[in-house]
Amino acid sequence: MISRSYLAIITSLLLALMLSMLPLPDWANYARPDLLTLVLIYWVMALPMSIGVTTAFVFGLLLDVSQSTLLGHHALAMIVVIFLVQQLYQRIRVYTLVQQAMFIGILLIIKQLIVLWISGITDNAPDTSLYFLPSLAGAFIWPWLFILLRDYRRRFCQTDHH
Amino acid sequence: MVEMNALFQTRASLLARTIILIIFSVALMVADHRWHHLDKFRHTLSNLIYPLKYVINIPAEILESTNQSLTSHEQLVKENEQLKLDQLLYQARLQKMDTLDLENQRLRKLLGTPKKTSERVLIAEIFSVDQDPYKRLISINKDRDDGAYIGQAIIDANGIMGQIIHVEAHASTVMLISDSNHAVPIQINRTGLRGTVFGTGDSSMLSLRFIPHNAEIKIGDVVSSSGLGGRFPPNYPVGVISKISRPAGETFADIEITPSAKLEQSREVLMLWHNAPTDTYGLESPTKQ
Repeated sequence: MISRSYLAIITSLLLALMLSMLPLPDWANYARPDLLTLVLIYWVMALPMSIGVTTAFVFGLLLDVSQSTLLGHHALAMIVVIFLVQQLYQRIRVYTLVQQAMFIGILLIIKQLIVLWISGITDNAPDTSLYFLPSLAGAFIWPWLFILLRDYRRRFCQTDHH
Repeated sequence: MVEMNALFQTRASLLARTIILIIFSVALMVADHRWHHLDKFRHTLSNLIYPLKYVINIPAEILESTNQSLTSHEQLVKENEQLKLDQLLYQARLQKMDTLDLENQRLRKLLGTPKKTSERVLIAEIFSVDQDPYKRLISINKDRDDGAYIGQAIIDANGIMGQIIHVEAHASTVMLISDSNHAVPIQINRTGLRGTVFGTGDSSMLSLRFIPHNAEIKIGDVVSSSGLGGRFPPNYPVGVISKISRPAGETFADIEITPSAKLEQSREVLMLWHNAPTDTYGLESPTKQ
């Protein structure tokens, strides 16, 4: 049986996936933070034993379908980032929110680099200096997202401590 | 101590799981890129995506319907009059077209090269969902049940817009001609010169490449599809040449084309049936350069 907390986690991830398709004005679309990866990073940090690379793979595939990219394109990048988070979660947890935001910015850049690299192999990769704007935006919103998700977790996943 | 062991065990299995999943993703990508075997798998996964897309699209739909219900009576009457005038004009033109079409077919029969009669057309609506800003993709609300197939040509009232690259559940993804991975075989109406128009990633500009400096072209020339390659039907407008530069030392001229279709503005598009395959999934993706 799927527990209540799993249901809450999956709901938040689906919501993040949905928001990644939300129509934005053109300028904002270039800086759209990668919410799905951010939310996934949060859950891995909070519950590293229950959320991990398999979840990253499944949601990466769903992101690939919604973005019409090659199946496995975002999935691969997300697996690598989530693996790093699972190795380092104890360290990230003790950082201050600003330090966390910077660290997560670096993780998001790693993810974008992998995505860019695969695009370069298969298609025409975009060549613009604005390409890493979503990572900066993601790092910027992290502190707020963290607090939001922490409250969400405390409300819906009471059984899990920390 | 037991806890420690458990911790190390999960770490080791985590690494193994990560490596297996990475290999699996790479295999998926290769299969998807090289052989297009995964269209059915994508179709299955898209069943999960469709509800999300649908919900995201609701605000745009509500906005449009309130817009419609708030239009004043006066405005509607005015629009109606304008449309009636337009219709009269087009009908008059069509009369001439009909006779020309018949004459054309008769002449073709005499020559022994019968032309295919007009193509089947269906109106599709665009979902207001955003995708990768570096790609020019749109999502439309028709799927396999409506007859959509991979490679199907999409047009609007003014010209060619693009082609379907994925058929999903209740939706299809269209690559616009402005996507940097897209190319259309064209000819120039005035001279019959053939070429290929590539997308640039910028929806207000396409690029006509591999045309030598001395080719007979000028600004204002209308460019339409040539029908070569069999993907797009011939003689649909693609764009108008807006800029020509012939840089010294380069083999080919730099030619910019303004697309005829309103690539960013249309809300409704037309799907054309041209060389439709019998099997939806059987076609290769045509967009590789």
